[in-house]
Amino acid sequence: MALLEVQNLKKYFPVKKGVLSRSVGEVRAVDGVSFSLEKGETLGVVGESGCGKTTVGRCILRLIEPTSGEVIFNGRNLLQLGGEELRRIRASLQIIFQDPFSSLDPRMTVGQIIAEPIKNHLNVSKAEVRDRVAYLMERVGLHPEQMGRYPHEFSGGQHQRIGIARALALNPLAIVCDEPVSALDVSIQAQVMNLLAEIQEEMNLSYIFIAHDLSVVEHISDRVAVMYLGRIVETATDRDLYENPQHPYTQALLSAIPIPDPEIRRQKIILKGDVPSPLEPPSGCSFHTRCPERKEICTKERPAFKDLGGGHRVACHLR
Amino acid sequence: MNTDNEPLLAIRNLHTCFHVFEGVVNAVDGVDLEVPHGETVGLVGESGCGKSVTALSILRLLRCPPAEIQGQVIFHGRNLLDLDREGIRKIRGNAISMIFQEPMTSLNPVLTIGEQIAEAVRLHQGMSRREAWRWAEEMLRMVQIPGARARAREYPHKLSGGMRQRAMIAMALSCNPQLLLADEPTTALDVTIQAQIMSLMSNLKEEFGTSILLITHDLGVIAEMASRVIVMYAGKVVEEAPVKELFKEPLHPYTKGLLGSVPVIGRKAQTGRRLHEIPGTVPSLLEMPRGCRFHPRCPKMMDVCSGEEPPTIHMGGDRRVCCWLFAKT
Repeated sequence: MALLEVQNLKKYFPVKKGVLSRSVGEVRAVDGVSFSLEKGETLGVVGESGCGKTTVGRCILRLIEPTSGEVIFNGRNLLQLGGEELRRIRASLQIIFQDPFSSLDPRMTVGQIIAEPIKNHLNVSKAEVRDRVAYLMERVGLHPEQMGRYPHEFSGGQHQRIGIARALALNPLAIVCDEPVSALDVSIQAQVMNLLAEIQEEMNLSYIFIAHDLSVVEHISDRVAVMYLGRIVETATDRDLYENPQHPYTQALLSAIPIPDPEIRRQKIILKGDVPSPLEPPSGCSFHTRCPERKEICTKERPAFKDLGGGHRVACHLR
Repeated sequence: MNTDNEPLLAIRNLHTCFHVFEGVVNAVDGVDLEVPHGETVGLVGESGCGKSVTALSILRLLRCPPAEIQGQVIFHGRNLLDLDREGIRKIRGNAISMIFQEPMTSLNPVLTIGEQIAEAVRLHQGMSRREAWRWAEEMLRMVQIPGARARAREYPHKLSGGMRQRAMIAMALSCNPQLLLADEPTTALDVTIQAQIMSLMSNLKEEFGTSILLITHDLGVIAEMASRVIVMYAGKVVEEAPVKELFKEPLHPYTKGLLGSVPVIGRKAQTGRRLHEIPGTVPSLLEMPRGCRFHPRCPKMMDVCSGEEPPTIHMGGDRRVCCWLFAKT
């Protein structure tokens, strides 16, 4: 059985207007997303801004309460748990945030930040907490002597290392990584990605790696899910996605990435227009307004997922 | 315009420092660079390397003090740093214009898009209101904004990110500049929108022969847009080369490290899952290491690197590198 199974997850944000805050509509940020995550696997979730990837990540941990769906983690449906049970299970399901600085409390020392989950969840002595914090700091490439320092004394890459140490504090089974490297410079990005890969191997961790940068996602993931306007349009292994992309959106996304090699000259697929507003998503296939291969049916019917074998699934009428 | 061999823009020994409470920050420390006619020159480096400050220094868009700009910025035989306020104003947005990274904060929220474009042509070209407005609409059409006439009457907040960046480009090109300073023009945009803007910029460059100084941290964007590349680190130029040579055979250890640390799609099978990393972090501008500024992170550090600043060595084929490894003893 998969470690994490997400079934038909939906999150609609109500749009309120006027003094009475009446609901006048809803933003379908996540509109029926399903996927599974195996032990030790990395599932990449990629998409442009507003596609709902971050909301998916937060709904899994119930940092945002989903509208409907199922999130089965280690055999239990997180959406039916409450209070103490949820608190306990969150020890094994952690998250790393995009902006490493604003996700650290500026008035706590780094030692306190990393120690907090340990103190909250485990009944251990002060000395043990200290040892564990020192070990974690060492593991993520920070100097344990800096335990008494405050977040502002560290650089961006180090902030992200602190965030990783905090997520690792309770030996989790899975970590949701929400754009963990997009705020970092390339040389630091490589350091953090290597660190994440090392830790994964050591602890047999599972990652959900959310990012907008397809080359980063492809690099770290075993499987990739491409999202567009609140839905997954294609899932495939990292290699399949690159060598044999099926959905027109995936193809356009791949061709739009600038490749750092001036010898390669590709014919780019340049999509017209912008991502439509999730307030009024287009009828049928939500990509049809920008799709270069649009057919009549695409404007009317929402495409179902087709299994192309080898875990490659695509939601497109034309495939 | 293209008759002389002089480059369009030549920066000589540019020093820009900021006087702050903690001391003096040398953000740009002796930069030399040239932008030839009709070429796109890429300026690449990580945050804090001084690439944006270099561009802002060209048009003197920094408040002095705390900033202090020294050196020469030669444009059409004149040093822009010697011009008086009125003189530099005539150049800004006219012969040299700039595109900024964040199109929301660099557009005026209380003026319509059309008014902002028209303002530049009225001031610089002396067009009448009506002419200027018509020109603004024409520019918006040129950057492929659908429904340009109606869009000209809208305020920036109504436009999407990609649309705002198009409006920004329309504004920058409205006076038909000879040089465009593009500071991270696509960084805030999604990849599919980035592809649109990049193709728009290359088309406009072809059409009008505008030279571009393209500032970015994204090596992919550089590879696709620039013909020459200048790599900066900690306020200094460390390497310059034609784009193909730089990517094929980077010389400076920093350039090598930078190229190796970018994940390239589809190359995992060859390179393995581990990315090359440059150890450590960029030094603080307040406490620069002695000698070569890269030496604490350099895998090829020698004794001399920590003591003396490396010389700039001109290699064959229009290349230069600032590193002791290439100094002939």
